[in-house]
Amino acid sequence: MRSKWLVGVAVALALSLMIGVGVAPAQEPVRVGLPVPLTGFVAESAREMVEGFQLYLEQSGQKLGGRPVHVIIEDTEAQPQNALTKMRKLVEQDKVHLVVGYLLAFEGYAVRDYVDKNRVPLFLPIVAADDLTQRKRSPYIVRMTWTSSQPNHPLGEYASKTLKYRRMVTVGQDYAFGWENVGGFHRTFEQAGGKIVQKIWAPIGTADYAPYIAQIRRDVDAVYALLVGADIPRFVKQYQEFGLKGKIPLIGGNILTDEDVLSHMGAEAEGVITSHTYAATLKRAENQKFVEAFRARFKKDPSYYAEGMYTAALWLDRAIKMAGSVEDPLKLIGAVKKADLRDAPRGPLKLDEYNNPVETVYLRRVVKGPRGMENEVIGSIPNVSQFWTFNPAQYLGNPPYSRDFPPCGNCK
Amino acid sequence: MLAWATLVLNGVAFGSVLFLMSSGFTLAFGVMRIINVAHGALYLLGAYVAISVMHATGSFVLAAAAGGVSTMALGMLIQRLALERIYDNQLAQVLFTMGLAFVIGDVTLVVWGGHPQVLTAPAGLSGSVEFGPFIYPRYRVFVIILGAAVAAILWGVIAKTRLGATVRACVDDAEMAQGVGVHTRRLFTVMFGVSAFLAGLGGAIGAPIIGAARGLDFEVLPLTLVVVILGGLGSLGGALVGSLFVGIADSLGKALFPELSYFTLFAPMAIVLAVRPMGLFGKA
Repeated sequence: MRSKWLVGVAVALALSLMIGVGVAPAQEPVRVGLPVPLTGFVAESAREMVEGFQLYLEQSGQKLGGRPVHVIIEDTEAQPQNALTKMRKLVEQDKVHLVVGYLLAFEGYAVRDYVDKNRVPLFLPIVAADDLTQRKRSPYIVRMTWTSSQPNHPLGEYASKTLKYRRMVTVGQDYAFGWENVGGFHRTFEQAGGKIVQKIWAPIGTADYAPYIAQIRRDVDAVYALLVGADIPRFVKQYQEFGLKGKIPLIGGNILTDEDVLSHMGAEAEGVITSHTYAATLKRAENQKFVEAFRARFKKDPSYYAEGMYTAALWLDRAIKMAGSVEDPLKLIGAVKKADLRDAPRGPLKLDEYNNPVETVYLRRVVKGPRGMENEVIGSIPNVSQFWTFNPAQYLGNPPYSRDFPPCGNCK
Repeated sequence: MLAWATLVLNGVAFGSVLFLMSSGFTLAFGVMRIINVAHGALYLLGAYVAISVMHATGSFVLAAAAGGVSTMALGMLIQRLALERIYDNQLAQVLFTMGLAFVIGDVTLVVWGGHPQVLTAPAGLSGSVEFGPFIYPRYRVFVIILGAAVAAILWGVIAKTRLGATVRACVDDAEMAQGVGVHTRRLFTVMFGVSAFLAGLGGAIGAPIIGAARGLDFEVLPLTLVVVILGGLGSLGGALVGSLFVGIADSLGKALFPELSYFTLFAPMAIVLAVRPMGLFGKA
């Protein structure tokens, strides 16, 4: 009898404790899912993404919007099917309030339908695949950097109008990211009076670029290149060895001269002009503060992977404070749209109505600096939208950029 | 016309690097019947070691030697500690060397990071040679000459020396060779070391052209397999012909049919296998 009574008391106590646990913390942590390809061919860049996010949280005392943060990092192994599996795990098992991360275009496309259907707020600080904020946009997806073609539109015009190039060859990596970059450049370069006379495509992970470089037509004013990861230093080096450097100028899309690959290149990269939304050398007080903190913490220069994630954390910090909660996805995204980001390291940012930033694009030239090769900012174009100067409705009526669009009317 | 000459020369230069790789692979197979799946990993390790030594000393000769010698030491160690125990069990060898390949790949990631790296060729070999309008990288000329030299040395050793004779005896009939007094244990260790040396040297020599990056180990391995299957497993002459063929086919294929660049490599292999399952120069 007596023991039964004791058990009853114990159960009652335990129950009250459990209820207490459920009610007590007024500030339940914000659960953030952070899936990135930590293994595979972009492992280092993915690590830099985590470092950028980490740096912001260290500075903010591990809080976003005043609430403590619980970050769950998942490795997608650079596989589209894993990108989706990890998204399901984060949403269904960890019950995250929001997901911020991913690196590769196909990761973004792989999870697009899932987040749209399950109303998961997804923030993409690096994934540049055009259509995620264009033809396949979703109210639950916000991009925080740029679309692949976005920095290329101004570069095409610059190459024609300022650099006075008339005939050019493009060399691009043969998948969506490459097509969208080259396509954006091609379109505005020809619109401004230039002619693309040859388009060369090389698969990801091309070990030796010699077969492609040998094909480049020599009767042109310049070459545009957009390659990815390990392919970049190989291409730039061989461009010099085959005697093209100094004869035919090389310009390129954004990541061709990012800080993370520049640190592995020497004189062969000197003089290459690219356009991007960021450069570590950017002379903005906010950027210099960020670069110093990043160097002190991680002993290297940040490239846009770190800056993108740092700014994403800053952005979410402000939005969560404004929204007051993270439980309602659309309320949170509404606050993200309204948040003031004039003081982001890379420059002022605001979202267009398709959830993609309108921001400054910088023209950069590689020069030899005190720490090795670096990007010197030689020009800036403010308020660049993903649609450039085109009408959005008309732009979206065109097919997405691909191997065949824009068509190459001047290729023989 | 100049573009074609460049493409063919590129194929020969790439073939030279492939020859260093595949001659090592085919030697290990010919003598010991080992399919060394870690051969690509040894290539990558050699490339990384060479890059580090180049950074530290600035000497390309030292860098290339270090790339080869480090993998040779590792290869001999692997042979003595592990492979020797699973001799005659090919499935175990394949699984073991595959596991080893993953381990070496991960160790290189920890030590050298995931950033792609390129070895800077020494001043004397960088730059280009010019014949009128024809410009060609000097380093690739060097690679072609080196490949030819290594082929000549290997042929000389195998055909003319006592070591070569014992190797040939082992290739033909290992048991009989042992029966007439060949010290197979020592020979195997030496030959596996030489095989690993060639892989590491290939990595070091290839590093200024192909660089070193995570995943390269499993990019070069299939090419090596195509070479040795085409040329015939265990045949040095086959490795030479196969390397040149794969190098040139790869180079021309990428220029002529860029969408089919793997097809141009693997289709000839499939045809050869159908007609001559032992490869062009292999023994049945």
